[in-house]
This record gives sequence, structure tokens and C-alpha cells, in this order.
Amino acid sequence: MLESYTGAAILLLIATAIAVGMVVATSILGPKRNFADKMEPFECGESQLVSPYQRFSVKFYLVAVLFILFDIEAVFLFPWAILYKKLGLFGLIEMMVFLLILGVGLTYVWIRGGLDWE
Amino acid sequence: MWIDLAITMVKIIFILTVTVGFFAPVLTWVERKQSAMMQDRVGANRADIFGFTALGLFHIIADALKMFTKEDFIPQGANRALHTLAPIIALIPAILTFAVVPFGGQYTLWGKEVNLVISDLDVGLLFVFAIASIATYGYVVAGWSSNNNWSLLGAMRTASQMISYEVTMGLTVIGVLMVYGSMQLTQIGAAQEDFWRWGFFLQPVGFVMFFAASIAENKRVPFDAPEAESELVAGYFTEYSGLKFGMFFMAEFIEMVTIGAIMTILFFGAWHLPFLTTADLLSMFDFLGDNGANLVVMLIHVGVFFGKVTFFIFVQMVIRWTLPRFRYDQIMKLGWKILLPLSLANIVVTGIIILALN
Repeated sequence: MLESYTGAAILLLIATAIAVGMVVATSILGPKRNFADKMEPFECGESQLVSPYQRFSVKFYLVAVLFILFDIEAVFLFPWAILYKKLGLFGLIEMMVFLLILGVGLTYVWIRGGLDWE
Repeated sequence: MWIDLAITMVKIIFILTVTVGFFAPVLTWVERKQSAMMQDRVGANRADIFGFTALGLFHIIADALKMFTKEDFIPQGANRALHTLAPIIALIPAILTFAVVPFGGQYTLWGKEVNLVISDLDVGLLFVFAIASIATYGYVVAGWSSNNNWSLLGAMRTASQMISYEVTMGLTVIGVLMVYGSMQLTQIGAAQEDFWRWGFFLQPVGFVMFFAASIAENKRVPFDAPEAESELVAGYFTEYSGLKFGMFFMAEFIEMVTIGAIMTILFFGAWHLPFLTTADLLSMFDFLGDNGANLVVMLIHVGVFFGKVTFFIFVQMVIRWTLPRFRYDQIMKLGWKILLPLSLANIVVTGIIILALN
């Protein structure tokens, strides 16, 4: 069982080696010339006016919460989809009930404006 | 044992050569040359070796040399460790997803079963999603650690967009899994030997939705709001230079190949030729003997597979240079309000049809 992961593990090691090697190479090979003005973060030629670490629009966090809800839904659907032909009518009705409940949830979020970005 | 390991190593080297060694660098050239052709320009043609330009192909070498010799710049106030770690997190998943992508079927060569996939996992497709979504961390960490307004804006947009379309992507392939009854990519590929059983015919709606969602997941035009050049300079990699920038670039191009490969396997018959089953091909090359025929069929299948992948990359590039960028609210609306309900409806309809046919 775990043996089938051997190839993936080897590829992971090689990919890590490539990625780390590239970072090391670029930090060794490039020139190093530091002076105060150059080290500033880029802001179209201006000095940085405000720090980026401030309050952010709540919508981004809302999307993160919705993502967790709906991705877990997808996780439930994966094994069901694979066994679907064996489950037959029972499987269909069961999943319809599940999808209906989720559909109600989605409609609620939709009506309350949780999906609006305008 | 050792022979299996040797075969695995050969497959890994082949995959790395094709994706990292061939597709990723050549695509940087193709993208410039194709955009030039579409916009009636000449395109990249200046880099030369002793006066030979070779259609601008030397730009690949020039780009690589330039990236290696540029200064590795980390801005003041940035988190140096995370800034260095971010491109590594972004690049590794891009390469690793190829571990489960089959680039051919199963062949018997000199008494040895050769399965043309590095790791034939039973959770294949789930592995692709799981690994590909780790790359999100790379992009968010890159934007967060740069101490730059544009970077952080780009990172937040990236995070929201990628997780939104991850949901859609997951739900759009459910139909495919129901039809073929497996998550193992080799089995899904093998099930499409008959031309009329290709995923494209069985799941036409799923095909369109999955293609749109995967382009959005890769943040390419028309879904490139996270790195919108005209608004955010370059999004999350604004403060990156040299090869670290190149790694983000490479990850994007490798992911284009991944998308092409997954599209091919799920919807376009994987390594199969239309109307020509493996048995047909084997009998066609019967005169070469058993091993010879198997070898020739294997080469044909690998060629067909990468031909289809190249086609899908070409389509992505045509889209890239044809459509304007969507606004961010349009992107989110497409994901949550159109693709998500549609994919749920697709699951219901697929379920009813499968039940009716059985």
C-alpha cells in the first residue's frame, strides 16, 4: 500500500532539491549592492506611505469560512461519487437530501449578501 | 525490487526532463512568440549566438542566464526567512503533482509490466488537488513577507481566488468520478479507450467548468486579478528578483502543463487515439514481435498524450492573449454564483442519468 508512494516520495526529494538549489544559487551568484533608498519596498517611486499590515476587508475572511464549509462538502462527495454505481437509487436520494441542505445554506449566504463583492 | 526502483527513476527523470527541462522554458518563448503572432508583431528575435537567432529560441538561454546573475533582493522590513521560503513552497507542489499523472498505459516489455506513471495511487485525483492547493501557502507567504502594499493586496486576492476555485474544481470533477467510478488516474484513462466514452462526451458541462476553474486556479488571464500588472505592479511577487522570481514563473508554467495533462486524462481520452484501441495498434505492429509491438505502441501513446497536452496548453495561451482581465467581483461571482450551483446541478443530472441507464 505505502509502497505505491515510493515514486512520489523520491520526486518530492528531487523537487525540494531543485527548489532549494535554485534559491541558494541565486543568492550566491547575484551581485550585492545595498544602499538605503534601494532597500525600500517598491511603491511606484514613493517612499512607503502606509504599512501594509493593516485591517483588511472582511470579505476575504468570509470567503475563507465559506471555503471550509464547501470544501468539506466536496470531501463527502468524493467517496460517494466513486461508489455511486453500487449504491444506486439509495445513494442518489441520500445525496439529494445532503445537497438540498447545502443548497439551502448556499441560498441563505447568497440572500444575505455573503457572496457579493460590489 | 531494484529493477522496479530503476524503472521508477527512469520515469521520474523522463517527467522532470519533459516538464521542468522542456515545457517550462520553451513555453516562456512560445508565449512571447504566439502573442507576437496574434498581435502582428515580430516578437522575441534579438538574442543571437554568432549571428544566428534561431527564431528567438536563444532567448530561453539568455533569460536563464539573466535570472541566475541578477541580485537576490529582499526589501527592508521584510521577513527574510519567509521571503526565501515562499518560492520553494510554490515550486515544489507544481512539480510534485506529476507523480500521479499517467503519461501512458500499461505495457509488457520483456516479461516486465511497465506502468507509465511514477506513483499509481488509488487516490490519484485527490492527491493532485491536495498537493496543488499547498502552493496557495507559497503565494500568500510571498505577499505577506514582502512588507509591500502591492504584494499583500495580490496575496489576499490570490488566497481568496484560489480557495474559491478549489471548491468549484473539486465539485466539477465529481461527475467524472461518478461516470468512471474511480479516482485512480490510470483507471480513468484506461476507461476511455472507446472514443465515445471520452469524458468530453460524457461530461460536456463538467469539461467547460473544469477548464475555466483550472485556469482561474492557475491565476492566468482572464482570471489574473491577483497579479494584475496594471493595478498591482506584479501582485504577490512584486518584491522578487532573480531566480526567486523565476521560480514563481516556472511554477505557473509547470501548472499549465499539469492542467493540460489533467484535462487530457479526465476529458480527452488520455493516451488513446480515437477509434484505435490498444489491441488494434498491437495487431498493426505485430510484425515487430511481441516486445517490439509493445514498445512502438508505448511510444505512440506517450506521443499522443503529450500531443494532447500541448494542444490544451495552446488553447490556454490563445485564451491568454484573446480575453481581457475580469474584474475581481466578476471572478468571485463566476466562481460562487455560477460555477458552484451549476456543478451541483451537474452532479444531480449525472446521477439521474446514470441511474436511468443502469
